[in-house]
Amino acid sequence: MKRSNLTRRVVLQNAAVGTVAVLAAPYVRGAYAAGRLTLGCWDHWVPGANNALTSLCNQWGEKNKVEVHIDYITSQGEKDKLTAAAEAQAGTGHDIMSHRDWNIQVHQRVLEPLDGVVNQLIKQYGPISPVAEYLAKIKGTWRGVPTAVGSQVKPCCSRLDLYKQFTGLDLRDMFPNDESKYDKTKTDQWTWDLYLSTAEKLFKAGYPVGLPMGQASDAVDWVGALFNAYGVVMVDEKDNIRINSAETRRALEYLKKLMAVNPPEVYAWDDAGNNRWLISGKGAGIMNPPSAWAVAKRDNLKVAENCWTHPMPRGPKGRFVGQLPQFYGVWSFSKNKSAAKDLLLYISQKESVKQLVEASFGYDLPSFKSMYDLDTWKTVEPPVGTVYSYPPRGDEQTSIAAAPARSEVGAQIYNQAINTVMVAKFTQGGEKLDDVIKWAENELEGTLRA
Amino acid sequence: MVDVVPRTFSPARAAKPSLRARQDFLRIIRRRSTVAFVMCLPLMAIIAGLVVYPAVYSIFLSTLNKAQTRFIGLGNFTFLLSRDVFWMVVWQSTIFAVSAVFFKALIGLITAHLINNLPSKGQRKWRGMLLVPWVIPLALSTLGWWWLFDPTHSAFNWIIRGLGGSEIAWLSDPYWARFSVILVNIWYGAPFFLIMYLAALKSVPEQLYEAAAIDGANAWQRFVHITLPMMRNIIAITVLFSLIVTFANFDIVQIMTGGGPRNMTHVFATYAFLLGIRSGDIPLGASVSLFMFPILAASAVFILRGVRKRGKEIG
Repeated sequence: MKRSNLTRRVVLQNAAVGTVAVLAAPYVRGAYAAGRLTLGCWDHWVPGANNALTSLCNQWGEKNKVEVHIDYITSQGEKDKLTAAAEAQAGTGHDIMSHRDWNIQVHQRVLEPLDGVVNQLIKQYGPISPVAEYLAKIKGTWRGVPTAVGSQVKPCCSRLDLYKQFTGLDLRDMFPNDESKYDKTKTDQWTWDLYLSTAEKLFKAGYPVGLPMGQASDAVDWVGALFNAYGVVMVDEKDNIRINSAETRRALEYLKKLMAVNPPEVYAWDDAGNNRWLISGKGAGIMNPPSAWAVAKRDNLKVAENCWTHPMPRGPKGRFVGQLPQFYGVWSFSKNKSAAKDLLLYISQKESVKQLVEASFGYDLPSFKSMYDLDTWKTVEPPVGTVYSYPPRGDEQTSIAAAPARSEVGAQIYNQAINTVMVAKFTQGGEKLDDVIKWAENELEGTLRA
Repeated sequence: MVDVVPRTFSPARAAKPSLRARQDFLRIIRRRSTVAFVMCLPLMAIIAGLVVYPAVYSIFLSTLNKAQTRFIGLGNFTFLLSRDVFWMVVWQSTIFAVSAVFFKALIGLITAHLINNLPSKGQRKWRGMLLVPWVIPLALSTLGWWWLFDPTHSAFNWIIRGLGGSEIAWLSDPYWARFSVILVNIWYGAPFFLIMYLAALKSVPEQLYEAAAIDGANAWQRFVHITLPMMRNIIAITVLFSLIVTFANFDIVQIMTGGGPRNMTHVFATYAFLLGIRSGDIPLGASVSLFMFPILAASAVFILRGVRKRGKEIG
């Protein structure tokens, strides 16, 4: 057999020559000289909405000579949260990751501070949503950048025709598609008491409202908004359990009456249950982002033509709507942090947000009120102005269930749906009010564990 | 069978130590046991990487605090023991696993007997058809069941309404929801019992039945005194295996009810997912998932000891 004449000496000589050549060569700026950036993004349910984000990222990548790679990860079965948890545990993965609701708090220890980016945005666009601040500003440091993509509020989406026919209420007149025409005397009439009386009429007419009372986020959010409107506090900022209050009793007594005029299956609904209820034409109203309307536009145009998104009812403590923002976080183990921050700043500019909102037909909601003047919400139809009041207008304030508890505690309360389980125990399970409150106190005590 | 391949004497081996070492090495790798070990290495690596490591890691995680920064020993377990919802989950998991395994075994045993008594020509067709639930990916078939039980547009309710009955709150009433998830588990798992019991029935010597028939034993006596004793080991093993898998079930409950209404259908896996992944308390989630480990391990030891004992008696 012929022996190779490649000796150790030859290998070392070649290696040395190669190293010198590489070091001495002039720096050549390649197509992606500034490296590579990987993103794990929430997979948008609106067809085509992902393309807008991809296009924005590619524009930025070309301009900055960075190769951008995006993986769209579905939230079906919490796959996005599983991916984030796996990456956080492994200490490797994408550079930028989407985080829904409480996930910034969950992964705060492995998320890069993003004060530079968010403070720059606040400087440009004014005050940011207090819910976004509550969820992503941990101990004074921003760990996530609020994004319009997938961020939502859950106001009322009601059938104009059914409300007019069976309750005599003209919702379009009460909440016209121009905030300057809001009449305070009319909007002030839209209270939880009026909501109940109209719900009773609609129930009798065979078109009940559909308010989920399961353990998914749509249920937790509208109950959270109602609790806030009644002044219910579950746990305060200083870890005091305050669920045993007159406000809680009043809210639960109210809910007993309201749930009696809902379809009985609401206790099993997931986040799609209320959408299907409205689209089927059986329901007079739900509390949801415009996704139900958008699907009705495709599947049941007659329903879509009569949908009107408008603010939530007002309670003794004000008018609140549940908000669920999404964020982008940069892992502390990312290899291209400065590029990641630059990209996040770019896609958060109003011009970029405009494209994202357009692509999602108004579903995506920025966290800056100064961006609520985008044309999309005025122009999408049918009917024209149907989602104008999707961004909170008038005296409507954004809120999230479980606030003002510390976000570590809030995440437990929210995800374990302690508020809706309480309501279901009282309204469906027939348990005594005192027993329900005692149960909630015990559960809330568990969330305070360090 | 010999374990060592015979080798011839070599005078050079005695003279040169290095050569002897080489030959010793060759002798070792020529051993059948060595070859078997080497061939098993990939499987052992997979088990170590995908079973042993995650198991040890989850035990480690369960000993940490919520932020995973401090060792707290059994703190997570003692915390769980003080929670009402956790005890409800323990109770529900037990109801879920025990009732589902009981009915799966019963249905499997009955259908195995029915098929075994069919003419051999028709058996294959029935075996194939009855195995279908087990072959379809569980997540997919559960989604199909979810549509049948859909809270608002249930196909079952449509039929019941058509027959003049009143609708059943399959998933919105907690007790019906428990029934529904158990039913789907039985539907999915019964074919496994069927195929195992059918194989066991085929291995019972025909002469035993013939002798019993001559002695005048009726069908029930033949079943009790011949079939059951001959199937005891396979019944024990299938029940154990199914019990472990059913206790760890996740897909059915997660897809159909998500643990609701009122947390009344949560089982260990869905509750661990809720606490660990959704609420971000991974150590507590790991503790929930490990909670049944000692109980299942102890029952496995007892059942397998019985199987071994009976095996020796038969052998």
